[in-house]
Amino acid sequence: MTDLLSLFINSVFIGNILLAYFLGMCSFIAVSKNVETAVGLGFAVIFVLTVTSPVNWIIYHVLLAPGALSWAGFPDLDLSFLKFITFIAVIAAIVQAVEMIIDKYSPLLYATLGVFLPLIAVNCAILGTSLFMVERNYTFVESAVFGAGSGTGWMVAIVSMATIRNKVKYSDVPKGLQGFGITMIIAGLMAMTFMMFSGITL
Amino acid sequence: MSEEKTNYIEIVTRGIWKENPVAYQVLGICSALAVTVKMSTAVVMGIALTIVTAFASLIISSLRKKIPSNIRIIVELAIISSLVIVTDQILKAFFYDISKQLSIFVGLIITNCIVLGRAEAFALANKPLDSFFDGIGNGLGYSLVLVSVAFLRELLGSGKFLGFNIIPQFIFDAGYQNMGLMVLAPGAFFIIGLLVWLKNSLPGISKEKR
Repeated sequence: MTDLLSLFINSVFIGNILLAYFLGMCSFIAVSKNVETAVGLGFAVIFVLTVTSPVNWIIYHVLLAPGALSWAGFPDLDLSFLKFITFIAVIAAIVQAVEMIIDKYSPLLYATLGVFLPLIAVNCAILGTSLFMVERNYTFVESAVFGAGSGTGWMVAIVSMATIRNKVKYSDVPKGLQGFGITMIIAGLMAMTFMMFSGITL
Repeated sequence: MSEEKTNYIEIVTRGIWKENPVAYQVLGICSALAVTVKMSTAVVMGIALTIVTAFASLIISSLRKKIPSNIRIIVELAIISSLVIVTDQILKAFFYDISKQLSIFVGLIITNCIVLGRAEAFALANKPLDSFFDGIGNGLGYSLVLVSVAFLRELLGSGKFLGFNIIPQFIFDAGYQNMGLMVLAPGAFFIIGLLVWLKNSLPGISKEKR
């Protein structure tokens, strides 16, 4: 249990998917102008990550990993090179399914998250989490916790960035640095603060 | 013929400098930051992305009249991921060390917005060869940013260039120290921010949209 908790804390703060591994930068820069949309996208990312990471775990370990197909009579088969195309297809399919389910059962939630869901399919944080999950040999439960933790970390980062950018609007930024430039510098400062967490062990 | 040639050159240079995908269109920064601790990984990543973008644009553009527009994203993703799988296998076979260091970032070329962005913005509306050169131009523009960031980070962070020490010992004796910050994540953010500042201050470049 403490292992899982420590994995969660680790993926939220120390190994923050955005500030330490730079995943999901594109939407981080594009959507962090407004706090409410940032919160909406953040929740959508948490949700999709928590679902896709374990589903991809099952698919990888039942179908793709070296020797995984021994139940079907192919013990020497290694399909792990197919993981990129499989993962991206699974993510796109899950995002589409989630969109339809939310649309049918919770119109209110759909109104808040709906616009962001298609964006998420090509967010590198989602694919990156699945690939990290394979690379680091997580178990099934760990992969779910890691997915949730990465999503939470991403949301913490984008919401704080949106709040900071709201303040920056009123400050006197040098001309060439306005917009993208200052956003990167702020992200750098945020990454430095998040590095402070690296001393924490549970 | 010569007119066509200049046209291709113009398409390529536009991608490299004037409408540089990283600095101007703010695309594909995820991997631009992650693989730039060392020059060697940055160069390999740049080459891999240039090849994938060029061929993805070529293939998508050749198929542009056959792809139904409502499922085009998934078709484009399938084409791109097949190309990335081939690239990954080639890297694993011939450059195993570098492929280990790049770890998941080769796979993340699939979701790199440059590839999909060029497919959507250029390849779907232009002839195959034009799109091919547009892909090369944007890939090279991306590599240019990657290599300059990696150059600064490797030089300031570990005092090396392509793995060789180039800062002479007497400078260290005089009290110079490597800047540990540059090797870590924040250094990458700062350098990109400052490069964008530099680029926006240079004359004759289309200003970034805000």
